[in-house]
Amino acid sequence: MTGWLAAAGGNSPSIPAPHIEYGQLSPMLVVFGAALAGILAEAFLPRRMRHTAQLVIALLGLGGAFAAVVVLAAQGHGTTKAGLLAMGAVAIDGPALFLQGVILLTAVLAVLTFAEGRLEPRLNGNTVDAFAAQAAAVAGGEQEREATRAGLRTSEVFPLTLFAVGGMLLFPAANDLLTMFVALEVFSLPLYLLCALARRRRLLSQEAAVKYFLLGAFASAFFLFGTALLYGYAGSVQLGDIADVVSGVAPVTPALATTTQNDALLLIGLAMVSVGLLFKVGAVPFHSWTPDVYQGAPTPVTGFMAAATKTAAFGAFLRLFYVAFPGLRWDWRPVMWGVAILTMVVGAVLAVTQQDVKRLLAYSSIAHAGFILTGLIATSRQGLAAVLFYLLAYSFVTLGAFAVVTLVRDSKGEATHLSSWAGLGRRSPLVAAVFALFLLAFAGIPLTSGFTGKFAVFQAAAAGGATPLVIVGVLSSAIAAFFYIRVIVLMFFSDPQPNGPAVTVPSPLTATAIGVGVLVTLGLGLLPQYFLDLASKASVFVR
Amino acid sequence: MNSLIPLLVAAPLAGAALLLLGGRRLDRFGHWLATLLAATSFGFGLALFADLLGRPGDDRTLHETLYSWIPVNGFQADVAFQLDQLSIVFVLLISGVGTLIHLYSVGYMAHDERRRRFFGYLNLFLAAMLLLVLADNYLLLYVGWEGVGLASYLLIGFWQHKPSAATAAKKAFLVNRVGDIGLSIAIMLMFTTFGSFTFGPVFGAAGDAGESRLTAIGLMLLLAACGKSAQVPLQSWLGDAMEGPTPVSALIHAATMVTAGVYLITRSSAIFNLAPDAQLVVVVVGTVTLLYGAIVGCAKDDIKKALAGSTMSQIGYMILAAGLGPIGYAFAIMHLVTHGFFKAGLFLGAGSVMHGMNDEVDMRHFGGLRKYMPITFVTFGLGYLAIIGFPGLSGFFSKDKIIEAAFAKGGTEGWILGTCALIGAAVTAFYMTRVMLMTFFGEKRWQPDAEGHQPHPHESPSTMTLPMIVLAFGSVFAGGLFVYGDSFVNWLEPVTGHAEGDSPLTPLTVTLITTALMVVGVAISYAMYGRSPVPVEAPKGSLLTRAARRDLMQDEINHAVLVRPGTGLVASLVFFDSKAVDGFVNGLAATIGGLSGRLRRMQTGFVRSYALSMFGGTLVLVATTLLMRSV
Repeated sequence: MTGWLAAAGGNSPSIPAPHIEYGQLSPMLVVFGAALAGILAEAFLPRRMRHTAQLVIALLGLGGAFAAVVVLAAQGHGTTKAGLLAMGAVAIDGPALFLQGVILLTAVLAVLTFAEGRLEPRLNGNTVDAFAAQAAAVAGGEQEREATRAGLRTSEVFPLTLFAVGGMLLFPAANDLLTMFVALEVFSLPLYLLCALARRRRLLSQEAAVKYFLLGAFASAFFLFGTALLYGYAGSVQLGDIADVVSGVAPVTPALATTTQNDALLLIGLAMVSVGLLFKVGAVPFHSWTPDVYQGAPTPVTGFMAAATKTAAFGAFLRLFYVAFPGLRWDWRPVMWGVAILTMVVGAVLAVTQQDVKRLLAYSSIAHAGFILTGLIATSRQGLAAVLFYLLAYSFVTLGAFAVVTLVRDSKGEATHLSSWAGLGRRSPLVAAVFALFLLAFAGIPLTSGFTGKFAVFQAAAAGGATPLVIVGVLSSAIAAFFYIRVIVLMFFSDPQPNGPAVTVPSPLTATAIGVGVLVTLGLGLLPQYFLDLASKASVFVR
Repeated sequence: MNSLIPLLVAAPLAGAALLLLGGRRLDRFGHWLATLLAATSFGFGLALFADLLGRPGDDRTLHETLYSWIPVNGFQADVAFQLDQLSIVFVLLISGVGTLIHLYSVGYMAHDERRRRFFGYLNLFLAAMLLLVLADNYLLLYVGWEGVGLASYLLIGFWQHKPSAATAAKKAFLVNRVGDIGLSIAIMLMFTTFGSFTFGPVFGAAGDAGESRLTAIGLMLLLAACGKSAQVPLQSWLGDAMEGPTPVSALIHAATMVTAGVYLITRSSAIFNLAPDAQLVVVVVGTVTLLYGAIVGCAKDDIKKALAGSTMSQIGYMILAAGLGPIGYAFAIMHLVTHGFFKAGLFLGAGSVMHGMNDEVDMRHFGGLRKYMPITFVTFGLGYLAIIGFPGLSGFFSKDKIIEAAFAKGGTEGWILGTCALIGAAVTAFYMTRVMLMTFFGEKRWQPDAEGHQPHPHESPSTMTLPMIVLAFGSVFAGGLFVYGDSFVNWLEPVTGHAEGDSPLTPLTVTLITTALMVVGVAISYAMYGRSPVPVEAPKGSLLTRAARRDLMQDEINHAVLVRPGTGLVASLVFFDSKAVDGFVNGLAATIGGLSGRLRRMQTGFVRSYALSMFGGTLVLVATTLLMRSV
């Protein structure tokens, strides 16, 4: 209070240096450091070394960050030593560390699929990958042809990914609305770029990126506007402070006395901040970008985006609602009920008529956002743990499924139209079986991670009194099972098309990503207890 | 010693796993490995038997709990074994005869290219059957029960390239399914009644349960026994099961598996003793089957089917004895063991004959084989004498005891049952003499096989004759050994209990009548088949003969009583399913599909409309949030 007055008075006393806990922030710092190293590498290394160097930097950065997360968790920063850092801007606690771990592991696998170079046929003796030769060139123009001839590769994808990952790590850990907003932008902007980088179908890819950017900017605006309103209400952007003001514990700032306790500000702010987050998780009615962007983006990027963005966004969502607005449960819960029901039903119903694998998976991801929302609405420790587990399970299934999509190709690149997947099980039983496993996990069939996750969120929701929501969820799962199993039937029980696509044998990079996906999917389905316990142990937010 | 019990099951189970999963590299010696493991199991059985002998009479029940299979609150299922006087008898019979038949199969299946698999299945059968008789609870027994059903299915259909074998396997499986439902219902009833399915607690609490509940359990157990032991009305599969290789018929469909029903009823004596109505149904089933099987056996020209009819009939005797209660249990098991010896011997003899006759089974195409196959003739002949009850041989003692017990049931019932059992004995003598005469005596009626090869009958290799000789010893001496000093009855008494009946006839009278009727049966048979030549083509025969040839119309009856109404029922269900259920489901799917198609149109691809929908969504969200507060 005095500082505020002093600042207004014009005397500028020395600003105290903020206290920064570098150790606890190290996962993010390592990733951002690696991203900067990647930019330097891009600038100074000769072209032929760049791709490998970038891959190594990215893997080292992500691996190092994951090691840091593990060390922090082992030291008890997730439980007993959880706390607010960097002057209260960042919270390192159980959920933050858990989700950071999930995001980092997902990112490692995603980077492996980004680096895959054996799927695209070699061009003029050069290995090429899923990304455009030169992103800045006009699609179909002379410059692009030249770049393609020269065998250029956009190795900038790795630093871009690292920046996005850094933002995603910060997002679920952000303890004030402004940090949250900064994190949101830090991970969104690289993603917009990554979406535009597809080597094939350049225009579709660029269209997707522009759509994503425009709508993302629109959503961010809502988020920022909501932040402003909440600041106007509570006089602080810190989640804990907002919670105190909401519950009437904390005194309000005198300068804002005329506007504080104005519930309209609070409620509208809450709704608008939610819009920004609902957009990122792809909930109805803020979902329309999802299918177009998922389809247009390079498939490895889609996989990364679908898995990691959702994890990060739900992490922030959880923190916002569990830390800042638990006192407003009775206001936001009914609205979120509606959103969850709409999301589950619309996602599942719309997926029924999709003909494109990537769009199908996009709608499936929308439906899954709905399932996760049911866990979030439970507002209990059980619900929090269930959502954490669900995100872990879902990330690996999604990443694996999109990685499989990159393998099924014909002369024009990835064959994503469903009709060309007919009879895949006869020609490539292994790949078809792996994809079938992922689909079964999406559908929530027992012995896969999907079942355990879905069971956990529904159980939490039912325990939280949201039985109707669970009923809608189960019915939506039934609808969803229809289209997942339709793909399985198509793959195994239809006759192959005469000149249909073939499965390209990937390098060990993609194979590792898919293999890990399969292992985690089965592991979390068969022996989920350890991870359920871990999620349960991690499910306390620090305030 | 207790720890040996699981090994009884484990040895053949390991054999099955090795042979079925081990692949071709086991082709060369797999059959010997299987035989060795069967013999190992028999060795363990002998060791345990010796151990039991060394214990006092009331301390001969060993328990061994391997692990807890399904430990749930209020529902405890253990993988636990119980070895007592009853199960050791079965263990020795199963592993002993099983080993002999493994040995026999080494010769019999020498030229079959899927021999390794055959021995794998045989070992699987042994493991399942031993599990069945060693389980200390009904749930684990059920595992063995299904296991032997599976092995039986696989072995009946072993020559799956023959459509008849594939069909027979399916038939056996389906008919057994009906019985298995009975067992599962019985187990569920037990659980609801006693809260357990472990033998000890169930039998201990049987006295407290209501009689109607016990009758229901008993009838369901009987249904199970009918399926597995081919008793009327679930008898139809056994004749067709002869499509399997002959060692299978000998082991599974004569000596061991088909007697599982007798074991089940005897094991559940505590339940049946308290449910007289169920017991009455048991004796009726046994009596009807013993006559039924005997009549069918008289008309069959296929040597294995004639023996199958005989098996059915002899198991009918055992079921009858088991239904009589404590006066009969021990004799049921005694006949089961002697029958295991002589019927297995007869089947192996039949297999030996077929082996020498280009796999011919029609007895009208045999004749005069005694000179060509002397060992087969002698062993088969001893089995024959045993089954017809020739004085002094095994069957004489065990069957005689059952007939005595039937009379001892008392009252009109006793007279009816005893008379039927006597008639059965006479008919047995008739049809077995017929088999003997048509096969080994008379003139040669040999026919070339389908490819025109004239048969050159010869004695079988020693791997085949040796088991036949051993079994012949059993056929001759087992019965006498068992009745000497009532050793068998005394042995089983602690488990099954024993009571002396109150027979209206003295044992000597019964023995004399039985022997006289046996002689009459043999004489009639000799008059018909021994003194006049047997026609190569079967004569038309009387109405009864024709009916008996077709198993007394069993398939027609099943068809009329079960299949046709069943088909009708299924057709109406299909109608309901396709119209009502599918109509609803398809309608639902169409609705969702239509909805999906309509919603899809909102996905225009234009950013402006997406932004508009987001804006609209935000408005609704904000408005609803505000509304929630004001409500």
